[in-house]
Amino acid sequence: MNIHEYQAKDILERFGVPVPKGIVASTPGEAKAAAEELGGTVVVKAQVHAGGRGKAGGVKVVSSADEAEQAAEAMLGTNLVTHQTGPQGVPVRKVMVAEATDIADELYLSIIVDGDAGVPVVIASTEGGMDIEEVAEKTPDRLFRVAGDPLIGLSPYHARDIAALLNVPASARRATAALISNLYRLFVENDCSLVEINPLVVTKDEEVIALDAKINLEDDALFRHKDLAGLHDPEQEDELERRARSADLAYVKLDGGKVGCMVNGAGLAMATMDITKWAGADPANFLDIGGSADQDRIEEAFRIIVSDDEVEIILVNLFAGIARSDVVAQGIVNAAKETGATLPMVVAMRGTNAEEGRNILNESGLDITAAPDLAGAAETLRDKLSGAKGGAR
Amino acid sequence: MSVLVGPDTKLLVQGLGRDGSFQASRMRDYGTNMVAAVHPNREGQKFEDAVPYFSSVAEAVAETGANTGVIFVPAPFAADAIVEQVDAGLEVVVCITEGVPVQDMVKVNAYVKGSGSRLIGPNCPGLIHPASKAKVGIIPGNIVEPGRIGVVSRSGTLTYEAIAQLVQVGLGQSSCVGIGGDPIHGTTFTDVLELFQDDDETDAIVMIGEIGGVREQLAAEFIADKVTKPVVAAIAGQTAPPGKRMGHAGAIITGKAGLASEKNRVLTEAGVHVVESPAYIGARMKEVLG
Repeated sequence: MNIHEYQAKDILERFGVPVPKGIVASTPGEAKAAAEELGGTVVVKAQVHAGGRGKAGGVKVVSSADEAEQAAEAMLGTNLVTHQTGPQGVPVRKVMVAEATDIADELYLSIIVDGDAGVPVVIASTEGGMDIEEVAEKTPDRLFRVAGDPLIGLSPYHARDIAALLNVPASARRATAALISNLYRLFVENDCSLVEINPLVVTKDEEVIALDAKINLEDDALFRHKDLAGLHDPEQEDELERRARSADLAYVKLDGGKVGCMVNGAGLAMATMDITKWAGADPANFLDIGGSADQDRIEEAFRIIVSDDEVEIILVNLFAGIARSDVVAQGIVNAAKETGATLPMVVAMRGTNAEEGRNILNESGLDITAAPDLAGAAETLRDKLSGAKGGAR
Repeated sequence: MSVLVGPDTKLLVQGLGRDGSFQASRMRDYGTNMVAAVHPNREGQKFEDAVPYFSSVAEAVAETGANTGVIFVPAPFAADAIVEQVDAGLEVVVCITEGVPVQDMVKVNAYVKGSGSRLIGPNCPGLIHPASKAKVGIIPGNIVEPGRIGVVSRSGTLTYEAIAQLVQVGLGQSSCVGIGGDPIHGTTFTDVLELFQDDDETDAIVMIGEIGGVREQLAAEFIADKVTKPVVAAIAGQTAPPGKRMGHAGAIITGKAGLASEKNRVLTEAGVHVVESPAYIGARMKEVLG
């Protein structure tokens, strides 16, 4: 789960990580008042779950309260489009007004869990304010990785080492090491999947401050962080992904595809997307209905697929172990009739009650072509697609 | 000889709610020797009038000599169940549960490494050994056939797909092992490849990987060095976009190494027969075996 910058900074402050003084505003008037309270030059920052705000006009440095009001006016209520959002952008409902910082140096700091090593890893770089993937690619010698330990956590000497690698001024070494230790503690105690400070800045007064902050929380651990679960902002999600999440379906919208996919199991869902490509078209989505989906969930899954305007054909691939094919088939038929969807479907059904499932589909009167297996589904789909294009098959 | 699960398996099942009970029933139907059930408040009762319930794993092991455990308890309690099974000395601990918090697995995996137990999963379909009719987990018993192909996979239903393809071309399985879709998991591809290489029931290996992580690359290194049996591999997620989690917690591309194309390249270099389309795993194996 993503949270906003202002929420992330609240958490940072609670864990003793210094951040610039800032105030959240929901209206231009509130932004003006905030700027007056902070005084001097301030930064107005759109609060959205997407990177690349600066280049997209979502961050403005202003020197008066009136200008802060105007900047907020221009951002609030609009959709901000960055390189990380779709073309429709994400809505700006709040801005953060923060005091400006005199920057001497920009650094990078993040923590993730390295699944292969099985431990949290601190990633630090002297190249702050840049895309870290690019730093890793072009100047890997300026990127440092230090692993924590499941039992010990991050040893204080590791934190001191990282501060030294980051080359912060001697007077700020101790504070930087403390900041890194606190950030590691924050990461573990809140079940984060990512904490990223980019940039971490050294000010002209030689203080070290988290100028920006991104925190992702692990969905699977939210049950033990009820307070953090409340930070969820559904408006920032794609509408179909939001609907899928509330129906407990694993769904990812893929831009530009026309084959809607409905599959049970994540691996098989990916494999189904892959054979779509082989058949000559792009998948419109990843969708795993899960092992024990009931009819309601199947119906919602179907509605989500057909709500995607780009979808022209639906590929259903079911290998029922726990799931029951007849339940899935009935769900598809019900939802197709209810939505009036007339899209052609290619369906491969195997496993528990597959015969019953196929019968339900055959008798439904819908435009359904049965396929025996994954290879058959790929071939059927390819034939259908070339037919749809007016090919001479 | 079998891989991890076989004729000597004496199974303990922990977590007998709706799904756990259903699956325990399927395992018994298939022929698995289930000797104990663990549930906090059913002591003195019997599962299906045949298998005694115990309130703790240690007690169940002491009474029945169980050597293998399978876990269906809900995700918030799964880490505790793994630790309990390890402490009770079970040799093989299989965690089917999906959604175990990553920070729990950071600790638990380190704990298991210092013990004599082997953890499979979490978030996995478990194992099956068709020749001895032993199944620990949820792989449907009616799709497998005894034979000489070892199957190892990060996925559940894609494993069933691969098994069905093998059966279709007349190839049965020695053992099938689902290692799970989570970023932190106990037994890895490399571990299972080593077992298959040493297994006299296995002639060839199917390996099914996914986007994310570098485990397939580590497996490729091991195959190049140590595996003399033919390996056919498929990597799911060639069309997955970077930065998006594809259902499985571990299936997310966060760098070049996580790409399917990169894994395919490294595996091909290691001498693995990589199929570009996951629909031709069985056909390719048939071709390789001639």
